[in-house]
Amino acid sequence: MALTRVQDDRTLGARLLEVNWGLLLLLCTAAAIGTAMLYSAADGSFSPWAGRHVLRFGVFACLAVAIAVIDIRFWMKLAYPAYFAALILLIGVEFAGVRGKGAERWIDLGVMQLQPSEIMKITLVMALARYYHGIPYDRAGRALTLVVPAVMVFAPVALVLRQPDLGTALLLVFEGAALVIAAGASIWLFVAAGTAAAGFAPIAWSYLKDYQKDRILTFLDPERDPMGAGYHIIQSKIAFGSGGVWGRGFMQGPQSQLDFLPEKQTDFVFTMIAEELGMIGGLCVLALYLLIVAYAIAVALQVRHVFGRLLAIGVSVVMFLYVAINTAMVMGLIPVVGVPLPLISYGGTSMLTVMTGFGLLMSAYVWRNMEIPRYHSHL
Amino acid sequence: MNSTARQHERSFTRRALLLGGFQLGAFVVLGGRLYQLQVVDGEQFLLRAEDNRINMRLLVPERGRILDRNGRPVAVNRPNYRVLIVPEDTESIEDTLDAIGRIVPVDEETRQRVRRDIARNRSFVPATVVENLDWETFAAINAHLPSLPGAVPDVGAARDYPLGHTAAHLVGYVSNVSERDVAAEPDNPLLGQPSFRIGKGGVEKEQDFALRGQAGSSRVEVNSMGRVIREVGRTDAVSGEDVTLTIDADLQEYAFARLSGESAAACVMDVRVGDVRALVSTPGYDPNAFVTGISRKDWQALLADPYNPLLNKAIAGQYPPGSTFKMLVAMAALDSGAVDPGHTVVCNGSYRLGNHTFHCWRRGGHGRVDFKDSLKHSCDVFYYDIARRTGIDQIEAMAKAFGIGTRLDLGLPAEAEGLMPSREWVRAAKGRSWLQGETLITGIGQGAVLATPLQLATMTARIANGGLAIKPRLFRAVGGREMEVPPLRQIPVSDAALRLVREGMDAVSNEQGGTAFRSRIAQEGLELAGKTGTSQVRRITKAERARGVTRNEDLPWNRRDHALFVAFAPRHDPRYAIAVVVEHGSSGSGAAAPVARDIMLETIRRDPILSARLREDTDVERS
Repeated sequence: MALTRVQDDRTLGARLLEVNWGLLLLLCTAAAIGTAMLYSAADGSFSPWAGRHVLRFGVFACLAVAIAVIDIRFWMKLAYPAYFAALILLIGVEFAGVRGKGAERWIDLGVMQLQPSEIMKITLVMALARYYHGIPYDRAGRALTLVVPAVMVFAPVALVLRQPDLGTALLLVFEGAALVIAAGASIWLFVAAGTAAAGFAPIAWSYLKDYQKDRILTFLDPERDPMGAGYHIIQSKIAFGSGGVWGRGFMQGPQSQLDFLPEKQTDFVFTMIAEELGMIGGLCVLALYLLIVAYAIAVALQVRHVFGRLLAIGVSVVMFLYVAINTAMVMGLIPVVGVPLPLISYGGTSMLTVMTGFGLLMSAYVWRNMEIPRYHSHL
Repeated sequence: MNSTARQHERSFTRRALLLGGFQLGAFVVLGGRLYQLQVVDGEQFLLRAEDNRINMRLLVPERGRILDRNGRPVAVNRPNYRVLIVPEDTESIEDTLDAIGRIVPVDEETRQRVRRDIARNRSFVPATVVENLDWETFAAINAHLPSLPGAVPDVGAARDYPLGHTAAHLVGYVSNVSERDVAAEPDNPLLGQPSFRIGKGGVEKEQDFALRGQAGSSRVEVNSMGRVIREVGRTDAVSGEDVTLTIDADLQEYAFARLSGESAAACVMDVRVGDVRALVSTPGYDPNAFVTGISRKDWQALLADPYNPLLNKAIAGQYPPGSTFKMLVAMAALDSGAVDPGHTVVCNGSYRLGNHTFHCWRRGGHGRVDFKDSLKHSCDVFYYDIARRTGIDQIEAMAKAFGIGTRLDLGLPAEAEGLMPSREWVRAAKGRSWLQGETLITGIGQGAVLATPLQLATMTARIANGGLAIKPRLFRAVGGREMEVPPLRQIPVSDAALRLVREGMDAVSNEQGGTAFRSRIAQEGLELAGKTGTSQVRRITKAERARGVTRNEDLPWNRRDHALFVAFAPRHDPRYAIAVVVEHGSSGSGAAAPVARDIMLETIRRDPILSARLREDTDVERS
């Protein structure tokens, strides 16, 4: 059994050596693929997307390393304040949101536009990890213990649904469920809850906005509106078919290059990869994400403290959900909900979220042997 | 570390691996979906990607020309100089229109149409501002291009009819495709092309398929906005075939000019092969107006004109042939054996049948007349007599054999059939049996019998050529392939009858006292032989007759008699036949014969062999 420490007196250099450079390399690979695809999407130009993409990644990668070398206990102290800050920002969107694509998701901070729902994805992980860190082991499995996490999850979900952003809401729900299960909650409870949710689906249907109903109906039958709501998914499927096994070649995808494929630089970037680089390219990208997710789980298994373990699991789950929801959506397995492909899609906030998450995960690894007292007094 | 902690750690490891396994499973599903989309269903989606990307653009073929027998263009394609505007290339459409307006007038109506076109299309689709510009204006536009942002000078193709009114009925015109045209050819994508024009009358309609040519196609790659990125493949259009007519455009122009001012028709025909040298109907209309789109006002004016300019009277005008029908009655009488060639009748001005009196046009009568005199003076009583002796069945057979009341299949859409009454026709049309009086009336080409100028010319040609059943022929060659003249059938008529009739016609024109003696051709060897006809368009009542028949000139125009004249020339070696009908021209000898003579002279002048005779003679005269 590894040594646990209460104090840490390592130098900054020693801590930097501990940082998961292998993981960073995988993340760099993903960002590099993203840059290449954005270069192709702009018809062979670094502007407007590819250049900014690579620049942002550089900044956020440094940020991740900076987060990694800071004591995990500092991040643990920051867990609840960060969560509440994100919650307040989400409420802020209600009043000061900028409309983008039919939904209020953005808040303008002057220097950059921020999507609080993206930040919430990480702060929710932090807050849940923090919560279970303070719970005795034997209480983690009790149903009553689930009340606080449930509130933590559904408060932001409710706000996100009001925007309305079905994709993020689903992501938050799955993320919360995965963390709570990892923390030791009864799995059967979730099976029961899932069944009940299925039963309530028809009631939920009546609360959905027309465009959301439209998306679901169109998902079930894209051809019902080939020039309207079904256009995205039909064109996306055509692009997959156009790519075939080996792809049309970099910068050669007719669907992408001729603008038949909508949102190719953001949500539909995976389709573009599959068209230009073929099934082989698509599978390589999926494999890369699988490696990253597996890496995160492997880190989780090596961390000695509950907060770090759950943090690492949470980051892996967030990453997985991003990828799974995005790719399933563009491949027509689930309705179009508007979730980007992390590190490849163009967009600053999702990259910030993911890199912050991996910064925290690496921090948990750098400080994996730290013995952190469990604060029974809290909550 | 206590045991609960260790136990919890193991439980966490289990659950973490469970989550990991679940995630792995999800990735396998996603990879499988990728396989399904790109490999299993790939083919099907690939086709749709091509569909998306590749647009077929039809290339409209250039329409074939229509030429006269000497290669003179009758319908051609002229460059249509026009100015287009590409909205995305100018900052202000209004400014560009103003600038164009300083060179060529752009009225408010045009501006509204341009704005409408621009609003309907993508910003890279050009809209036509002005077209059919003359070369000077077009050159001026080109010179000012730097100050006309977004303006694009362009040369399109437009149909042009150099003969204008002169051959409008014959050549027809092209126009925009109508819904009915599309319904007739629902699967022809060419009809959907905005620059495609379809033949709407005359030769343009009849030979439309030959003139159209074959559409080409251009396969272009387009983006999602429909903008062309590049051409992938191309099959050039095959231009339409040229159609060469038997018409002599110069003769056509001459005949049209000679008949202008009248509501009239003329047909000149080669008696040996049936080539139609001129087919004139006056007044005409300007077919060029239909190409660019005729205004409602002009169209209403054409419809309201009592001279009926839209009707091709040469093939669709149906007139009682009057006395021009008498040759047929004479031949029927002779060949049926009802009378012999020496038959004579005493004409005292009228003929009684039962309690009906049939009048001759000459109140005092003609005295004793034989076959030749009967034609020369156009005695009606003689024909009442021989028609009664011959019977309608024989007359009907002879008339139809010479083309009256039959389809001649000239190859123009409007050709009318005329009418040759018969026992069956009366039974079917009037529900009663044939009356002998009707035989008499038919005997002078009145009553129910109707003929078109084309039929009259054909009849004359068949008399002139010795009873060969030539058919009028309008198309000499299509696409360079000569049209064959089908083997000609001999009409069952005796030479003796034909000779007698021709002699009668000779007397009409060349003997003192003949009804067309004043309209003869004096040139030896070129004389024509003809027959006048004056056909009534109303009944002359007993009261009128008692009071003395009103002179035609005193009647309103539309109640006057039609003037007809048929002739062939030269009389002993016939080459050409002509029929002229002047609607309400009052008298065949007065209104139709002089015109027919002039046109025949012009025809002779334009014939290389006959015109040589004409010149020799003139030379002799000079010396």
